[in-house]
Amino acid sequence: MDGNRRYTKRWNLMQGAGHKVGYSALMSMLKYCYELGVRYVTIYAFSIDNFKRTPEEVQSLMDLMLDKIEELLKDESIVNRYGIRVYFSGNLKLLNEPVRLAAERAMLATAKNSKAVLSICVAYTSTNEILHAVRESCEEKWDEITLLNSSGGYEPDEDVNLIKLTDIENHMYMAFAPDPDIIIRTSGETRLSNFLLWQSANSYLYSPSVLWPEIGFRQFLWVILNFQRIRVYLDKKRKQL
Amino acid sequence: MLFSLHFSPPPVIAPLPFKPLSHVPHHHHHTLNMLPSTHVLKPPLCSTMEHFTLNHHGKGGEEEEEEVDQTLPLGLRREAMPRHVAVIMDGNRRWARSRDLPVRSGYEAGARSLRTIVELCCKWGIKVLSVFAFSSDNWFRPKVEVELLMSLFERGMQEDTGIFLRENIRVSVIGDLAKLPEALQELILNLEETTKNNTHFQLIVAVSYSGQYDVVQACQRLALKAKHGLVEPGDIDASLIEQELETYCSEFPHPDLLIRTSGEFRISNFMLWQLAYTELFFAQSLWPDFGEAEFLKALLAFQQRRRRYGG
Repeated sequence: MDGNRRYTKRWNLMQGAGHKVGYSALMSMLKYCYELGVRYVTIYAFSIDNFKRTPEEVQSLMDLMLDKIEELLKDESIVNRYGIRVYFSGNLKLLNEPVRLAAERAMLATAKNSKAVLSICVAYTSTNEILHAVRESCEEKWDEITLLNSSGGYEPDEDVNLIKLTDIENHMYMAFAPDPDIIIRTSGETRLSNFLLWQSANSYLYSPSVLWPEIGFRQFLWVILNFQRIRVYLDKKRKQL
Repeated sequence: MLFSLHFSPPPVIAPLPFKPLSHVPHHHHHTLNMLPSTHVLKPPLCSTMEHFTLNHHGKGGEEEEEEVDQTLPLGLRREAMPRHVAVIMDGNRRWARSRDLPVRSGYEAGARSLRTIVELCCKWGIKVLSVFAFSSDNWFRPKVEVELLMSLFERGMQEDTGIFLRENIRVSVIGDLAKLPEALQELILNLEETTKNNTHFQLIVAVSYSGQYDVVQACQRLALKAKHGLVEPGDIDASLIEQELETYCSEFPHPDLLIRTSGEFRISNFMLWQLAYTELFFAQSLWPDFGEAEFLKALLAFQQRRRRYGG
């Protein structure tokens, strides 16, 4: 959701206004997605890299997030309207306590919803997610090995393939969701910026030049139509194999 | 606001904020911006010849502060060249089919294209070029085609050894090489050994490779180290993972720019970890048609990008 600050600057708005308009743009996009039957939507709300910004900016983003999480939990919110289960993916320990608690509350409150999923990446980077998954896989295997070693049932030569792809995948923050079919990055920047690197292996990448607060139904429709057109081609290619 | 239903193709590259250097027909990249664009957008479609002409006119002109680098096409700044460029060389088979040629011709044309780009990289000061030659997923292609590709790799490595030595090029091959025919494995090891001290340029060829495979094998090596008490699982951090990734063989393991040809907008499981902040450029041409002009376009686009790394 890139381009909020540039939007503020372009329209000579007050500090933070771009992000507020960005939030409305997000609500609209979510509605389009869920109305169309998209089951999983993942948004990059706050990167670990964003902590590098000025403390004032980081604080104002944290305040905005707290505010909006509370809003999501209200009865009339989009979450209840569409039966959305909310996940917060990332290294939540890096967040300040109010935001972290609000996030945990939101996950608990929506745990029974089952029509759709909204995953909000905060304090997230893909490399951190992979690192976390690798560490956990190693720790898990470490425990297993220690147990086997002590009971004398471990063959020291069985070094091959201690850890498999599935082990890592099971420990990803995003393990609850399938890989995204489409990744949209606004504001014309064409890079992943450490978002869903692992899961993006086969995603259709779309980078419209609109700033995030300006995104609308037009871009949404465009990417869906293109995705569907390419899907036909890809399915044909797969059959050829 | 009412939007018309006439959709122009979505832009996939950021518009370039400078005037075109020549009045030639250009590719259209309309923006879907509601607001008036403040830039003149079209990237120049230049050939090296035009640059010499322009250089000549430019001499003794207003801008004397910058020394014009005669080895680079006009517009490219040497200090802003990407150090590591990665390429997904897609479109060889489509190229052959569109000319009613056998698939083999497509791959051979692709190899010629690769040689051109390697030459340009050496000339223009790019230090590393990584190419996605054969993905882990490609093993599922028809056996005949896989065998063809293996034989083309063998031939290519044998034929080009002289060039690598002469041009001081180091060749590294990354991927799950155990799956390759033994003869090819041996050839690869020999080539890597022979060229390992070359310093002018590094060509990384990804064969039987995928980004996920790279992370998994790094993880397996770390697990092994943990098992032998060389590292605690809790101590595993990003730099330890970096050291185990296959790109650790390079001074510049992270591509600054990734180019994917043939108009597909996906990474297809090429280096994932290493592409975290890489600028992506999607070229419409099929790989055998991707030549100097398009490479220049990609590099110019790269030099216009503003890289913020989340800050």
